[in-house]
Amino acid sequence: MMHPNKKRLRRSMMFLNCQKPGLIKDPYIYGTDSIILDLEDAVAENQKDSARYSLYHALKEINYRGVERVVRMNGLDTPHWKEDIRVCVAGGADTIRIAKTESAQDVHVVEEHVLAAEREFGRPEGSTLLMAALESCRGVMNALEVCNSSDRLIGIALSGGDYTRDLQTVISGTGVELQGARQQMVIAARAAKVQCWDTVFTDLDNMEAFEKEVRMIKMMGFDGKSLVNPRQIEIVHEVFTPTKKEIIFADKIVREIDEKKAQGIGVFMVDGKMIDIAFYEGAVRTLKLAKAAGIYEEDL
Amino acid sequence: MINKIGREIPDEILKQYGKEGYQGPNYRDNVRYKKAAPMVRGVVDPKQDKMVSNIREALEKCKIQDGMVLSFHHHFRDGDYVVNMVMAEVAAMGIRDITICASSLGAAHDPIAEYIEQGIVTGIQSSGVRGKIGEAISRGKLKTPAIIRSHGGRVRAIEEGDVHIDIAFIGAPTSDAYGNARGVGGKSDCGVLSYSMVDAQYADNVVVITDCLVPFPNFPASISMTNVDYVCVVDEIGNPDKIISNAIRMTKDVRELMMAKYCTRLIADSPYFQDGFSFQTGAGGASLAVNTMLRPIMEEKNIHMGFSIGGITQPICEMLKDGLVRNIVDAQCFDRASIESIKNDARHFEISTSEYANPMNKGTFANKLDFVILGALEVDIDYNVNVVTGSDGIVRGAPGGHPDIAAGSKCSIIIAPLVRGRIPTICDRVVTAVTPGETVDIIVTDYGIAINPRRTDLIEAYKNTHLPFCTIEELRDMAYEIVGTPDEIPFKDRVVGIIENRDGTILDVVRELDEEC
Repeated sequence: MMHPNKKRLRRSMMFLNCQKPGLIKDPYIYGTDSIILDLEDAVAENQKDSARYSLYHALKEINYRGVERVVRMNGLDTPHWKEDIRVCVAGGADTIRIAKTESAQDVHVVEEHVLAAEREFGRPEGSTLLMAALESCRGVMNALEVCNSSDRLIGIALSGGDYTRDLQTVISGTGVELQGARQQMVIAARAAKVQCWDTVFTDLDNMEAFEKEVRMIKMMGFDGKSLVNPRQIEIVHEVFTPTKKEIIFADKIVREIDEKKAQGIGVFMVDGKMIDIAFYEGAVRTLKLAKAAGIYEEDL
Repeated sequence: MINKIGREIPDEILKQYGKEGYQGPNYRDNVRYKKAAPMVRGVVDPKQDKMVSNIREALEKCKIQDGMVLSFHHHFRDGDYVVNMVMAEVAAMGIRDITICASSLGAAHDPIAEYIEQGIVTGIQSSGVRGKIGEAISRGKLKTPAIIRSHGGRVRAIEEGDVHIDIAFIGAPTSDAYGNARGVGGKSDCGVLSYSMVDAQYADNVVVITDCLVPFPNFPASISMTNVDYVCVVDEIGNPDKIISNAIRMTKDVRELMMAKYCTRLIADSPYFQDGFSFQTGAGGASLAVNTMLRPIMEEKNIHMGFSIGGITQPICEMLKDGLVRNIVDAQCFDRASIESIKNDARHFEISTSEYANPMNKGTFANKLDFVILGALEVDIDYNVNVVTGSDGIVRGAPGGHPDIAAGSKCSIIIAPLVRGRIPTICDRVVTAVTPGETVDIIVTDYGIAINPRRTDLIEAYKNTHLPFCTIEELRDMAYEIVGTPDEIPFKDRVVGIIENRDGTILDVVRELDEEC
């Protein structure tokens, strides 16, 4: 049976440094869908153990009020990852974000340790979900096998900084350097029916460019974006939440298709547009998104 | 007795001061009284010179003696030199038993704590008390209980005669030799002299102290020569860098911005957000941000602000300049831009604190306010607000205009973080009630928004507004869940401070800290 949270709404996934208790104590107030409690790059090399300690107590003590608690663990090429996994599982993290994933094998290795930790700490087997960050050209090229690697895997996220280094270029602001990876990853994710998130945008003084990028990745098919600051949440939610007009139209399509199907009619008009069964899935997805965002209450 | 908000006021205090306990915001509506009047020394001889060579001479000419009440203003904020300068001379003259009646006292006045210890100062009547003076009060060093009043309450007490000022000292950025004093000009520019206007009219002796003497007439005068006895020139009346902020920075704190956004939405979705609305906000991060966030909504809906009041800052002055605000009425300038505005814009007016908020005159700006945005150290589940005592029980804050505009406005909004460090802002019962809950309408925190259940009209108005509304009890529970339930602060029985409601009734008392517990 699929984990009930595997397909939950994840428009915004906000990074927070586990080394800073003031940041991780109450990020849920900003209304992000998921938080990513970071044990990796934001934490100084000699502070990994204290960050893990803060993380464990935060997971145990703080009521995050339904916000998904993802932990970014250190990569498999570091001495930290095994202990990271034990702490995540012992604390009851919802999801582990695997840094620097390059292959399905990487996911399998993590999965094996997660299962062992679930047994060690008496947590239900399969309760910890996984997501994979693709941070290299090899990882991006293996996107489809990573997406298909595990039932626990909710999706893949692009990590643009490391990826562009590997690609021997830089983040230009135009998005041209990320175009291939974005396209490849979102197609792979859709093929495997998992989710896909775009990389962070770090220029907090340029909200206009941020919004432009969010609109672009929404159009490309992404489910959401990794964020570095609460100020970015509202824009992402605005872009990724269906408009009232879209919801009304989707609602009409679903109702009409259900009704016409019973009458044996395949093609018909809604608001002057020709509609057939091919529209059904998209309309249902719009309504689900609206419902998850709390702005649609019907039961279609 | 237990007053209307459930605070115990010792009967002997009520008896000693001839006061009643608080009985509701409009309890004294329509009460008639005779105003106090000062002793006036007629300046008949045209040859009479008001200039004195130093503060000692001014004190001597005013016949300073033990037990007098001296008044001061706080327009120079943390840069003020006047209070300390005058009190040093008073101390040097061997005078004792002085009551300082100031519009506020701050960290600049720490030396006064020493005079309290020595019995030179035995009474404090002020809006704000901070720093060492607050500690001295809370530790029982002051001989008589400090009386804490709002800005409106202070001028009411002066006009009604609850306190009679023997000598008012008015630090003025500019004055002429005949006592016409202004808040603008000179090297210690503070924009307005609103806090001193009533002092000048009701004190027996009025001394203007300036560091910039200008030719007669210094007009239009904030303080008129008709009320001034003496003028004293000193080297410096204050530190200009601490009197005014060059530019108050806009906050980038996401938590403050989030609360500001909630607050802006609440204003925009309320029934009072109409052309001609009026507004007061402070200079704190979140409240200042509301100014900026409100602007595009006003532009979009073609709504203009009728008047803005209070501590004035750049964003409001810019809206005045751009035609979005019709008038500014100013009782305090907070930054350089607001001083430039009052100097240059004919729609930017200086007002007295009596015009601002005295509840016992015949009408104030406070009564004509639609929205006010305020802060709080603590708010309890009855919506009572504390802005005076800290979590350690020590007096360290100022009501300022808080209780005045909460009572006068149609919609009073408090912005405060749910917790500060390990201290819950929303609690069962505030340490000291300073603004009564029945005048407080909305509490905006970073965790949620509570509307006072008395305001069924506002609750109805916001039924389609998507904001994180909850009850005040839920806010308290969240705060306690995060930081735990606070222990009671140990106090002794002795009353060291009286929190006077703006109408002169007693809202609460502050007791001496029990540091042995």
